[in-house]
Amino acid sequence: MRRTSVKATTRAVALLATVGLLATGCGSGADDDKPAEKTAGGESSAPAASGTLTVWADETRTPIVNEIGQQFTDDKGVKVKVVQKDFGTLKDEFTTQAPSGKGPDILIGAHDWIGGLVESGGIAPVELGDKAGELQDVAVDAFTYNGQTYGLPYAVENIALIRNTDLAPQAPKSWDDMVATGKKLVDQKKAKLPIAIQQDPTNGDPYHLFPLQQSFGSSIFATSPEGGYDASKLTIGDEHGIAFAKWLSQAAKNDVVNPSVSYDIATGEFAKGNVPYIITGPWALAPFDEAKINYSVEEIPSPGGEPAVPFVGVQGFMVSAHSKNPVAANDFVLNYLGTEESQQKLFEVGGRPSAMTSVFEQSKDDPIYKGFGEVGAAGVPQPNIPAMDAVWAEWGKTEMAIIKGGDPVKLWKNMTKKIQKTING
Amino acid sequence: MKLGSGVLVRYVLLALANALGVYALMVLGDLGMWKGFAAVLAGTLAVDVVYATKRFIPMKYLLPGLVLLLVYQVYVVLYTGAVALTNSSEFNQGTEDRAVSVILAQNELRVPDSPQYRLTVLDKDGRLAFLVTDPDGDVFVGTSEQPLEETDDATLDDTGKAIGLEGYTTLPYAELVGPRSKEITSYRVPFSDDPTAGSLKTQDGSNAYVYKPAARYDAAAGTITRDGVTYTADDDTGYFVSPEGDRLTPGWKVNVGFDNFTRILTNKEIRGPFLAILVWTIVFAAVTVLGTFALGLLTAIVLNDPRMRFRRWYRSLLLMPYAIPAIISAGVFKGMLNTQFGFVNDVLLFGAHLDWLGDPWLAKVSLVLVNLWLGYPYMFLVSTGALQAIPSDVVEAATVDGASAWNVFRFIKLPFILVATAPLLIASYAFNFNNYTLVAALTNGGPPMTSADVSAGHTDILITFVYELAFGGEQAQYGFASAISILIFVFVGAISVLGFRQTRRFEEMS
Repeated sequence: MRRTSVKATTRAVALLATVGLLATGCGSGADDDKPAEKTAGGESSAPAASGTLTVWADETRTPIVNEIGQQFTDDKGVKVKVVQKDFGTLKDEFTTQAPSGKGPDILIGAHDWIGGLVESGGIAPVELGDKAGELQDVAVDAFTYNGQTYGLPYAVENIALIRNTDLAPQAPKSWDDMVATGKKLVDQKKAKLPIAIQQDPTNGDPYHLFPLQQSFGSSIFATSPEGGYDASKLTIGDEHGIAFAKWLSQAAKNDVVNPSVSYDIATGEFAKGNVPYIITGPWALAPFDEAKINYSVEEIPSPGGEPAVPFVGVQGFMVSAHSKNPVAANDFVLNYLGTEESQQKLFEVGGRPSAMTSVFEQSKDDPIYKGFGEVGAAGVPQPNIPAMDAVWAEWGKTEMAIIKGGDPVKLWKNMTKKIQKTING
Repeated sequence: MKLGSGVLVRYVLLALANALGVYALMVLGDLGMWKGFAAVLAGTLAVDVVYATKRFIPMKYLLPGLVLLLVYQVYVVLYTGAVALTNSSEFNQGTEDRAVSVILAQNELRVPDSPQYRLTVLDKDGRLAFLVTDPDGDVFVGTSEQPLEETDDATLDDTGKAIGLEGYTTLPYAELVGPRSKEITSYRVPFSDDPTAGSLKTQDGSNAYVYKPAARYDAAAGTITRDGVTYTADDDTGYFVSPEGDRLTPGWKVNVGFDNFTRILTNKEIRGPFLAILVWTIVFAAVTVLGTFALGLLTAIVLNDPRMRFRRWYRSLLLMPYAIPAIISAGVFKGMLNTQFGFVNDVLLFGAHLDWLGDPWLAKVSLVLVNLWLGYPYMFLVSTGALQAIPSDVVEAATVDGASAWNVFRFIKLPFILVATAPLLIASYAFNFNNYTLVAALTNGGPPMTSADVSAGHTDILITFVYELAFGGEQAQYGFASAISILIFVFVGAISVLGFRQTRRFEEMS
């Protein structure tokens, strides 16, 4: 018994060793091949294949970045690998993976990520140089943090007032004029809602209400002397904010802001021709066009006296501070993605006003881009400081509570206190 | 001795396991992940010793479960515990050295209104030099020791950009990228003899700008000075901190001992809404388990009756809510519970305006009702199984003895069912105690609790409340979050232990 066992064991070990060797042989063979390829490429003539750039891009822009990357490879010999990522989780993935060296050299992103990514040491400054003059000011401002630019913007997006020109042929002269027209259409049974401002029934929607809040002179944070927002000075709770809160409470009682009008309902009813006005962005237009609604894009009338300008969101390319090849990464971003030709391509595929002035000017023949673009050019960048992350949820829930009939002053003050607590940690 | 086919299969499988192990070892070794290397090596050797010999028969059965336990339970708990003892967060991830280099890089600012220089990177005996052309077409050369000086000997291209200089080799692009990339971007050429005039720096290898450092690092003192303020490295918090308490970011990772735990237990703002949220969490989980079990059992009994026709069809239909992902169902319910346009108010209640998700009490009711819909098919499934496993002779004997239908159910069937399902009820309780998905998707904790000093809502359960605390602020606090999950783990673990003790009593009964 014992002998067979030993024999069996010996045989087993021999077998294992063989398989192990086979695996090792294959593995190391494959491993040897790769560096060999690399060195061979490196030593051969001028545009030599040296290194790879990894770019994280979203679904819409992956093909274009691939195309521009191919050009870069042909010219400079550096391979560009574009990895398609879900835009919604891209920032978190980058934050957790970059420190371990698994992140990309370049990532696509929204400007309001910049504060967090800079403070975690994830992205590196990108000096735009003279290129900054070719870009819209609002776009460069949005990509600036503590006096440095952190990427190359390519698109600007914001909300505006969309008016059904069959229901309301005249551009509104004022907020009250618009509400009166809307109400009249509702009374005449030509419309179901006087105006659609989308709200989530639980989380509210401070983004879509912000232009109205801004028209009361209210802001979230004070601006610092060097430009940009100052996280230590929360201004949302000042008398302008309170004035807006009181107005919001009235507007809800007046049925102007309706807590049940979700995104689906707002855009759905507008597409059915049941609403004369909607405050929304370029992402919502496709169903309106399909339904053959005649509409125009224009600035939002002000309920509070000052201009009702929206938050502007800017998208662009950022360079990882963990990149092992910063020269190629900056070269690709500035001199390839930053050309007018590339920006034109990014504009065509994305359907948002371009961050590059010349491309934006050309697109102005289309009244839709002209409308959104001009409202955006007057807008303010959505704060890119990380403290903003502490604001959104409480802000939205409080606005919803006010819309549902809560005491505006008490709720607003309570919200300010909570946000301040969260920022202080 | 004869080699049976079983032995052959065993060795083939073992060989495959070893091949996989060796491959993993090579990959890990290549990446320099030596802790993982050691773990895989130990694991592979253990597999070989246990399965290639005949000495460890019981171990052959235990090993797979043991490995899974180590990987998915023990390792995860230990890792979470280790993170809980640090200040790990979005801004505190790397080492102090990295924090210093990032802070210095972020505070090296371009001199305002300084021109853009077109750059050619040169090399002389392995040492770099910058050859730059200013916007007027004048050409300068300099190295890290030799400040910029004008030169007339450069070769120019068609655009007037200097591309070469005698005595130097122009670095081809392939040399700029790759191994020398970091050397080039960290290279500085002083602008003039005056050190305060700043220095030239490049990012893309073809343009250079004049920069001045706004922050200075004193390695000996461990301080960074910016705008006249001195920030001192604080190893307790992992940040450079000014006398006023302002911090420079990023920081670095340090061990903070049990600070995260004491912060949870002593923080006044957390303590305020904590009790209300804990009570609601327990009520929510308990009502959910009892409700789904009652409804599931009822449907199981009804559909177990042989007089019922089309039972299979009903059973399949009942599984529908179970088959749809909870997050989708929650989204659909959110739409149906819309105050003005929702199906529930508009159609079922003939145009009522009940604020299902906005009223503190109705929101709680909505949450429980939706969870009932999501959870009862599972209870139906397990109850059906348990019902069918009840020996029919026992039931018959009771009936013959004259027991009423209710008494048969109460004293015969229910104990049998409880023995089979009690562990699942406990699991369901633990699951619903931490049912983040449903709460986040349906009410997101709202409506807000106005009495609280921190972000908290009337339908927040413990996990959604602390998620907001750990991740809802300026930065994600991984260490703090880990400490919280350990506390919740302990809490749920204690409830489960109590529950299982109770189950044992059922078993003794039967």
